[in-house]
Amino acid sequence: MDNEALKQQITTWEPTAELVEEGSQYLNVIIAPAQLKALAEKLKNDEAMKFDYMFSLTCVDYPEHFMMVYHLQSMDHKHEMVLKAKIEDKENPAVDTLCNIWRTAEFHEREVYDLFGIKFNDHPDLRRLLLTDDWKGYPLRKDYVDPVNMISY
Amino acid sequence: MEAVKEKTDLKTQEYFVNMGPQHPSTHGVLRLMLGLDGEIITSIQPHIGYVHRSIEKMCEFDNYRQIVHLTDRMDYLSSHTSNEAVSMLIENALEIEVSDRVKVIRTIFDELSRISSHQLWWASVGMDLGALTAFLYGFRDREMINDIFEETCGARLTMNYNVPGGLMFDIHPNFQKRVKEFITHFKTKLPEYDQLLSDNVIFRMRTEGIGVISKEDAISFGLSGPTARASGVALDLRKSHPYMAYDRVDFESIVMDSGDTYARYKVRILEMWESMKIIEQLIDNIPEGDIQAPTKALIKLPKGEFYQRVETARGDFGVYVVSEGGKSPYRLKFRSPSFSNLFSLTQMAVGGKIADLVAMMATLDIVVPDIDR
Repeated sequence: MDNEALKQQITTWEPTAELVEEGSQYLNVIIAPAQLKALAEKLKNDEAMKFDYMFSLTCVDYPEHFMMVYHLQSMDHKHEMVLKAKIEDKENPAVDTLCNIWRTAEFHEREVYDLFGIKFNDHPDLRRLLLTDDWKGYPLRKDYVDPVNMISY
Repeated sequence: MEAVKEKTDLKTQEYFVNMGPQHPSTHGVLRLMLGLDGEIITSIQPHIGYVHRSIEKMCEFDNYRQIVHLTDRMDYLSSHTSNEAVSMLIENALEIEVSDRVKVIRTIFDELSRISSHQLWWASVGMDLGALTAFLYGFRDREMINDIFEETCGARLTMNYNVPGGLMFDIHPNFQKRVKEFITHFKTKLPEYDQLLSDNVIFRMRTEGIGVISKEDAISFGLSGPTARASGVALDLRKSHPYMAYDRVDFESIVMDSGDTYARYKVRILEMWESMKIIEQLIDNIPEGDIQAPTKALIKLPKGEFYQRVETARGDFGVYVVSEGGKSPYRLKFRSPSFSNLFSLTQMAVGGKIADLVAMMATLDIVVPDIDR
């Protein structure tokens, strides 16, 4: 499927999705966290889409919101896209887990929880991954300060 | 185990054993918490982060030239390829066209790194399974590649030979001669690897049918590189997203179907032959040209998002950059192949024995600093 066909199909499934192609080599689909899981399931299971390979999962901390970024690829159809969930709530950011759809998400989500403090609803094992269990704060957030370990220059 | 339980009416209690963080077969500081019933693994919980240096956060304060140098501290066996990923991302973002000479030299270096990485992996597979000779053979042959690297760029491991726009220096006058010497040498030595391990009955019994992961699971776990290709996943970025000179060379992407430990082993052995094939096609055809395209001293990327994927010896290495137009990225993420590959153990090893776990770990070919970043 080319980007136009992808756009058309995604719009019929999820009319609220914001589709962006500018400033990225992939088609970006931005949706609200509430719609994320339903759309992700369709993207994975639909025969014409079949985005079965997630090659990256991460998060970006913007001043007004968090953005979950999922890079997806289809092994059979060879098309790629980026699915994004815009989390407006900066105080208690939360989004549904996608680990039932892509197994690799389970551990990448633990990393995002560890470094960004995003809560993943229904995650089977949401613990810190890289840092120690008693670590205070979420280092990859923009407002994180650590006068001991962070050297500014 | 079951027979013993029936006869004696003994009950086994599930208990937990830490494998690592200091354990020779974890290849670095990695701790696996094993739930055990006798010597059968019932659950496995990887604990990572012992060498976490927060490289992604550091990158938010560094400029793009500095970031190139940070990448070879992650997967130190594919340092050239990781450097290349960041360099290529910058070149694509700024629409810099590198010369043909650079493309060919980078490809030769990529493949030399791949062979060198697979040699070290092969050496340690032997050692993990109790064959110390393999360790010595592997290191002997790897030395030749390290010497070639050293002669051209002064470093043996963390080479920093790539810069945005090209290469730091031109190749050494001896480079072509020594690479050809190495290929001639290694073509006689690689069959010995097969004699020593691949065709060894004990080795075959310890690897065949062990740690099977199906094609569906391999895709779902996000496996990449030889680990994925051993499960029948035809994912090779050199073929599907050709970069540098990969579109002009003739080689085969090795794919096997059984998905067991032996398949993961065999894929890497065959890949070394393919890498030599690629180098042979390029080594006498290095075109003339500039080794560096002109770039500004302080690189600023345009506003937007960029993603670059390369095929390292371990698989799909990705760099994701969100730029706000400044000299440093707003956010940078390294997608490391070892990270995804490691967590497939949580499925692969359950139900097997501890001794088999060592064989599985060996053929996953993880590099711990690449997982922890």
